[in-house]
Amino acid sequence: MNILVYFEERAGSIRKPSYEAIEAARSIGATSITAVIVTASAASVLSDTVKRSGVSKIIVVEEARFAHYSSRAAGKAVAEVAKQANADVVIIPATARGKDLAPRVAVRLHAGYVPDVTALAMHEGRLQATHPVYAGKANVTIDVLTPKKVYSTRPNLWKASKEQAESAIVENVTVAFDEKDFAEQTKELVLSQGKLDVAEADIIVTAGRGMKGPENWGLIEGLASAFGAAIGASRAVVDAGWRPHSEQVGQTGKTVSPTLYVAIGVSGAIQHLAGMSSSKTIVAINKDANAPIFGVCDYGIVGDAFEVIPQLTEEVKKIKH
Amino acid sequence: MKIIVCVSHVPDTTTKINLGADGKNIDPAGVKFILNPYDEFAVEEALKLREKNTGEVIAISVGSDAAKEAIRQALAMGADKGILVKGEKSDSFSVAEMLAEAIKPIGADLILLGKQSIDFDGMEMAPMLSELLDLPAATVVVGLAIEGTNVTAEKEVEGGKEIISLSLPCIISAQKGLNDPRYPSLPNIMKAKSKPIEEISGSPASGRTSIIKMDKPEKKRVNKIIKAEGNPQGAAIELVKLLHEEAKVL
Ligand SMILES: Cc1cc2nc3c(=O)[nH]c(=O)nc-3n(C[C@H](O)[C@H](O)[C@H](O)COP(=O)(O)OP(=O)(O)OC[C@H]3O[C@@H](n4cnc5c(N)ncnc54)[C@H](O)[C@@H]3O)c2cc1C
Ligand SMILES: Nc1ncnc2c1ncn2[C@@H]1O[C@H](COP(=O)(O)O)[C@@H](O)[C@H]1O
Repeated sequence: MNILVYFEERAGSIRKPSYEAIEAARSIGATSITAVIVTASAASVLSDTVKRSGVSKIIVVEEARFAHYSSRAAGKAVAEVAKQANADVVIIPATARGKDLAPRVAVRLHAGYVPDVTALAMHEGRLQATHPVYAGKANVTIDVLTPKKVYSTRPNLWKASKEQAESAIVENVTVAFDEKDFAEQTKELVLSQGKLDVAEADIIVTAGRGMKGPENWGLIEGLASAFGAAIGASRAVVDAGWRPHSEQVGQTGKTVSPTLYVAIGVSGAIQHLAGMSSSKTIVAINKDANAPIFGVCDYGIVGDAFEVIPQLTEEVKKIKH
Repeated sequence: MKIIVCVSHVPDTTTKINLGADGKNIDPAGVKFILNPYDEFAVEEALKLREKNTGEVIAISVGSDAAKEAIRQALAMGADKGILVKGEKSDSFSVAEMLAEAIKPIGADLILLGKQSIDFDGMEMAPMLSELLDLPAATVVVGLAIEGTNVTAEKEVEGGKEIISLSLPCIISAQKGLNDPRYPSLPNIMKAKSKPIEEISGSPASGRTSIIKMDKPEKKRVNKIIKAEGNPQGAAIELVKLLHEEAKVL
């Protein structure tokens, strides 16, 4: 089985979910894994880390116009490379970019596609992909019927392995782009300054309406910084204007699967759970012992957040240092 | 301006999901279906653009007769007419093909969708339509500005926003934050009943994927609950110990 994995570049480096996708490919017994990088300038991306990711080949599509990323052009490039490399399976990380790219590659390859895959396994010679549906209330296991198959894999669920000996060969492929392929262009990336985004964080501290008001977020920031965590928010506090939408976790916000998810003063509405139920370890702090969040957590403290957080911050600091 | 809004008819998130007898789908009995919440942002954006530029807003859905309810809801918000493409929704790719086929002859300036439908949570339709209709697209959009044929869209990404420039005709998928959808007023709900819904039959391709099974995620959470009760420090110490020694996440 030849597997092609899309390596996503941002600001000159390859993002972590791409390395995780390599693990997903390995876990289903790929005979050969090829990475494809679509970039404006290969030199900056082709660091040794990429070569040491354990892939056997790296195919680079270099095109100056990708200085302004275009999803259509990238889709064309990945589909072309998939054809040339004779890939049976294409895996694209289900990042913001990947979720837009993968369906395009599927259309271009006339391939069946499974989005946001949380498990991938071989079963009696067929590849089976699991995808959460109905806000995580159910899972579907899907068989792709076409000879070529496209999957996007949810970040943080596979663990990128340690660097390996540098063995990948690098090959350049030229794709014939036309003007139309760049009819949409990403002109600018506006990053929220200096903040770790929930979608990428390994630990998340999320707070909800139980925090009473935006003036109390100093407590949450203190705890998050002790953990080295990103700050998340429930929709209730985003709608109230206490926190920005970029922090919202849940069905209308971001889907996250960190190693540790701490929910404070969050009731655990189904739409919130939709965004975080694939987290590895879930902790809940809530003063209401009957809050639904306690039904889905690994560890919980029934208590007043305003009393618990300062103590917890101290204890976390102790263990982290 | 001719604007198409793609709408899907989905189970309300708060309804309980029961598995159907075939083990591959949900049991629809007792499930309340609604207009996909993200499509409300798409409909709202279409109405705002029509108010500014005049024109027509057409709500289109692929599905069975029941999907007419989602179209009606869009009409009640203010869309002018509806199209129901009758066809079996075997997978997202085939729905996209049926949508593309119905949309092509209309010659719309703008095609709006929601970022995802909350049944299958696929987020596939807008990029697929972009390929099938050969039109540029911006997805998961939280800000949209249209000047003449120039379109600037803000896309939500990890850690920030991307500013995407494209031009009409194009495809946009809406994320929460784009606008505040209006509630249909009673007179508009009444009016919507007499607005036209055209029915056409889609020619569904057989699905490229097939569902082997649907199941409920098994919850294997540890579920150790500590009561702080007058000893928040003790609770904090115990929690950190568990996270460190048992869960090994610290
Ligand atoms: C279509 C749709 C989409 C939605 N999408 C999302 C989404 O993406 N994300 C999301 O989060 N929600 C979403 N929601 C909203 C969701 O249904 C809930 O309303 C929301 O999650 C509640 O936020 P909350 O838990 O902060 O507030 P509440 O439900 O009000 O809970 C507050 C909690 O704080 C606890 N508390 C109060 N005081 C204290 C204290 N001193 N110490 C400790 N605990 C305390 C209370 O016991 C309570 O459990 C969506 C809803 C709909 C209809
Ligand atoms: N059956 C359908 N008919 C019309 N539009 C649809 C249908 N399914 C999905 N859509 C549109 O595509 C968007 C994304 O859906 P999905 O790709 O299924 O997550 C939705 O928000 C709708 O705007």
